Amino acid sequence: MAEDLINSFMTGPDENGRFGIFGGRFVSETLMPLILELDACYEHAKTDPSFWAQMDDLWKHYVGRPSPLYFAERLTEHLGGAKIYLKRDELNHTGAHKINNVLGQILLAMRMGKTRIIAETGAGQHGVATATVCARFGLKCVVYMGATDVERQAPNVFRMRLLGAEVIPVTSGRGTLKDAMNDALRDWVTNVRDTFYCIGTVAGPHPYPAMVRDFQSIIGKEAREQILEREGRLPDTIIAAIGGGSNAMGLFYPFLDDKSVRIIGVEAGGHGVDDRMEHCASLTGGRPGVLHGNRTYLLQDDDGQILEGHSISAGLDYPGIGPEHAWLHDVGRAEYVSITDREALEAFQLCCVTEGIIPALEPSHALAHVVKIAPTLPADHLIIMNMCGRGDKDIFTVARHLGFDMKI
Amino acid sequence: MTRIDDTFARLRAEGKKAFVAYIMAGDPDLETSLAVMRGLPAAGVDIIELGMPFTDPMADGLTIQLAGQRALDGGQTLQKTLDMVAEFRKGDATTPVVMMGYYNPIYSRGVDRFLADAKAAGIDGLIVVDLPPEEDVELCIPAQAAGINFIRLATPTTDNKRLPKVMQNTSGFVYYVSITGITGAAAAEAADVGPEVARIKAATDLPVIVGFGITTPEAAERIAGVADGCVVGSAIVKLVGEGRPVAEVLARVAELAAGAHRA
Repeated sequence: MAEDLINSFMTGPDENGRFGIFGGRFVSETLMPLILELDACYEHAKTDPSFWAQMDDLWKHYVGRPSPLYFAERLTEHLGGAKIYLKRDELNHTGAHKINNVLGQILLAMRMGKTRIIAETGAGQHGVATATVCARFGLKCVVYMGATDVERQAPNVFRMRLLGAEVIPVTSGRGTLKDAMNDALRDWVTNVRDTFYCIGTVAGPHPYPAMVRDFQSIIGKEAREQILEREGRLPDTIIAAIGGGSNAMGLFYPFLDDKSVRIIGVEAGGHGVDDRMEHCASLTGGRPGVLHGNRTYLLQDDDGQILEGHSISAGLDYPGIGPEHAWLHDVGRAEYVSITDREALEAFQLCCVTEGIIPALEPSHALAHVVKIAPTLPADHLIIMNMCGRGDKDIFTVARHLGFDMKI
Repeated sequence: MTRIDDTFARLRAEGKKAFVAYIMAGDPDLETSLAVMRGLPAAGVDIIELGMPFTDPMADGLTIQLAGQRALDGGQTLQKTLDMVAEFRKGDATTPVVMMGYYNPIYSRGVDRFLADAKAAGIDGLIVVDLPPEEDVELCIPAQAAGINFIRLATPTTDNKRLPKVMQNTSGFVYYVSITGITGAAAAEAADVGPEVARIKAATDLPVIVGFGITTPEAAERIAGVADGCVVGSAIVKLVGEGRPVAEVLARVAELAAGAHRA
């Protein structure tokens, strides 16, 4: 499909939840009626001004939106090329973009009369955001988290428990995000009548990918207005990191029809994208398959068994990617690259000392790609990178990789 | 008429309920699972459900998850599962074999190629958990066209408004999932299941078989008594997982089958 044959990239998904061949509703029959109910409820809420009035109020007074669009002056000088702006979603309440989406889903859950919220989490940011909003509205919250991630993201586990959530370590599989999502789905199928599944990324059965994208699109909408105000024109390049891809979809979506804007998604390259498959770059190193309710690019073996992947960043450690990214990749509207653990760690440290911002390991991947391309671009080339989370949760992981003893 | 249709015609003539047994292909290795499979008809099993191992069995409880893992660790592949059925067919031309699992390994192989191979191997039906009627064009309709029954799950959340959609394009029998939950979870009571089966039967002429949570011959008898038959899976797979000898597994299957056939 040639790009110039498509009038708009913003019309998807179709009524069956498809972005081209990707997306869909690959779930068990037990869940299907609820998925359809959620779809109807969301379609209604989308056009209900009172829903968005409540969202806007919470975004402003509870989350702290709009997040600043910040000119990273010292980083720009250091790299000596393109002019770099950071969309500061790490300044949100709870320290990442995740809460943008959680607020929307929890308001929907309450409209549907659900009293119990479940979520999966990798790095713990989505779990913390869900626990936070559940506390705010007095809802019971259960978070599934891979046992490996419970260990490497201990501060977020404690945060969730402080917020009143029950955190259930998942030991099946390799104990990461994929396994947490399996167990969340098992919980949902068992408790479908009173439980709402708050998915943290632009994946899962329709309408989740579109719904999460819509809630996260506040990032791109703000960024678009802010850059127009600051620079009087659109950016030349926008960049974001991708695990499932919600922060990236949120930044990209409002720019999809601005054909002059180059869009780059950065996947987790782990130890390098090669035959060892020690990475999480689904688009670069995977092929289409069906998992967790949607068709998308997946890391899998020749027999269609799902591979575990690897990333230093728990938030990117997922063998799939949102179906809309898979489609944008195939139609060529966005380009997808990968960054290794080592490159992300270097960018992490550079950001600390040049900008006084400790980034999360997830956006450190996006930043590492900025570090690669900015020096090759002219000074009037505008880059917006989504600083989607702060790095407080990652200091233990980074310390270990840098050989620093954190024991006091 | 498929082997599944023939089997139900025979059972009706005999005034018996169907006993369906689930085992995981390749658990814990190909030889053992083939030996169990070969012994199932003599133990009283009317229809064999053969699990296709998958890394991410989202609708299954721990027992089936671990069985799939054991099979994959033992090198089981979709090709080996197909070969296993072909091997079974050499000694049994009548017992229906229904493959049960998840869509990705089938999609990965290619739907047309899979269906041709499945038909050639002697597979009669498919139950694919993550393909609701909304995704019928993927596999359900091609399978029916290839002469393979596509067996649908109906659940307590499938309301009457939705039932016709769920029954459309289905054949062989209907698998009623007696609880909202995963395999191996707590059992439903026959008193609750009976009215639900009647509700499903009002929407279809197909036999309705009930599964999930049935672990004893007594439960098999009670549940089969209010339906056209019942399925036992986790309770059998658990014995395989404990490393029990094939003869012991089959002896327990015979007890479970006798329970269902008393109904």
